[in-house]
Amino acid sequence: MPGITREEVAHLARLSRLELKDEELDHFAGQLDVIIGAVARVSDVADEDVPPTSHPLPLTNVMRADEVRPSLTPEQALSGAPAREQQRFKVPQILGED
Amino acid sequence: MTDPIRLTAAETAAAIASGTFTAVEVTEAHLARIEAVDGKVGAFLHVDREGALAQARAVDERRERGEALGPLAGVPLALKDIFTTEGVPTTCGSKILEGWLPPYDATLTKRLRDAGVVVLGKTNMDEFAMGSSTENSAYGPTANPWDLTRIPGGSGGGSSAALAAYEAPLAIGTDTGGSIRQPAAMTGTVGVKPTYGAVSRYGMVAFSSSLDQGGPCARTVLDAALLHEAIAGHDPLDSTSIDRPVPPVVEAARDGDVRGMRIGVVREFAGEGYQAGVMQRFGEAVDLLRELGAEVTEVSCPSFDKALAAYYLIAPSEASSNLARFDAMRYGLRVGDDATRSAEEVTALTREAGFGAEVKRRIMLGTYALSSGYYDAYYGSAQKVRTLITRDFERAFAEVDVLVSPTSPTTAFPLGERTDDPLAMYLADLCTIPANLAGNAAMSLPCGLAPEDGLPVGLQVIAPALADDRLYRVGAAVEAALTDRWGHPLLEEAPAL
Repeated sequence: MPGITREEVAHLARLSRLELKDEELDHFAGQLDVIIGAVARVSDVADEDVPPTSHPLPLTNVMRADEVRPSLTPEQALSGAPAREQQRFKVPQILGED
Repeated sequence: MTDPIRLTAAETAAAIASGTFTAVEVTEAHLARIEAVDGKVGAFLHVDREGALAQARAVDERRERGEALGPLAGVPLALKDIFTTEGVPTTCGSKILEGWLPPYDATLTKRLRDAGVVVLGKTNMDEFAMGSSTENSAYGPTANPWDLTRIPGGSGGGSSAALAAYEAPLAIGTDTGGSIRQPAAMTGTVGVKPTYGAVSRYGMVAFSSSLDQGGPCARTVLDAALLHEAIAGHDPLDSTSIDRPVPPVVEAARDGDVRGMRIGVVREFAGEGYQAGVMQRFGEAVDLLRELGAEVTEVSCPSFDKALAAYYLIAPSEASSNLARFDAMRYGLRVGDDATRSAEEVTALTREAGFGAEVKRRIMLGTYALSSGYYDAYYGSAQKVRTLITRDFERAFAEVDVLVSPTSPTTAFPLGERTDDPLAMYLADLCTIPANLAGNAAMSLPCGLAPEDGLPVGLQVIAPALADDRLYRVGAAVEAALTDRWGHPLLEEAPAL
């Protein structure tokens, strides 16, 4: 399988919401290339007719009764907020201004 | 009079119940020990002196009123800093959670409190439990009490070091790929990864949700069993929690009879990369099991050689998704919010500043494995390997009751030796990962010191899911026979701090 390039790492960093510094890009590109080279051996089984396992327990749709229960107060829920206003989380702008 | 810090958890609870010590005296002795030695060891990120003493006083008051106390009432414990504790800092070893005071207790924290266990504080760990040496903690490494220049294992190095340094008789760890068992092996202590789903994950910071499992750490097999019983059991707040009775782990630990048990030695866990002294002590432990009346055979698990590769695709993939919650909006660090930057820019700047190198590597590795064009080749194939490993276990457990192997291929390596070589670091989890991928129960317990470096070697025992009691049966038998042979518990050979 092909190795990973510095440009690909920059793309992954953007997807991962990591504002990496230039020197980190160089460092991680080398390391990720080695790691991906090593883990690529799983593709030996890519063509085998084996069902995938995503979880050790055969559970599906664990449901509970839809009942009102005690929960965090607004004060508790906001206790770790970096910024707050009028009993709400205050966040930087999400949509552009124009 | 005996020094309370040298007692086992079972002895401590008995001493408190009989009035030999008060819970406050026991707690104060441990707080003094932490004060005296933790500057060298660095096991704790936060010591909750007030909270611990309040909990101890409550136990003493209950005893004075004549109330029945549980089997661990008044026993101090070191809690891995991955479980939320209401009003007590919970960092998960990361700068992104520095100063966060959770508004709620994890289910595990609650169960400890209900059992009268005294939580002394929160222990150091690799950031978000990603690592095998505790060197990935944003708050500095923990040292191995056997040799302060060496790693204590990871990610739960703080919890295991606290036990080995007699800072607490009990500790809690979490095990995603070996983070309870490998530190236990490195420090000459006992650590158990229960069956997946046995211990609630509610309030445990998520790393890889299909693999993460909390579990007990202790200096003896019986103490681990008592703690296992206190923390396990169904929790409606965790949808993957198993709704089944907890296996009879304490009974098995008190019994410790392995006569007639069928024990399989995993053939694949040997050869290149395995330290000679580790294999020597492991071989002796296998001989011992045979002497104790077990039937030992060799078992082959051919897909195990792909377990490490599958793990380093599955765990980072799940982590890349789980750690998306650290977006600087609702709790934790926020960097660069200057009223001009967008939320997305603030998120990216915060994650850059708040995450360490290993966490960034794994987030990007997971993002890569899940991205279109690579998904089938990487993540999809890793899931197939997971099926093949589960089948290997099923075939093996049709022939034997438990499997045994070394816990880790080497003894504790020097601090700094593998920090720039992620792949070399990952190899420390070679033997522990298959049990996580299949959801089985597994234990590590000490089986001696490697002759070449005098450092502890761990024996790993793996049992089928829901048969956790078999671990304790085997562990108790080996522990009793070896303690008898040595004339004392292994930890007494550790140098004074």
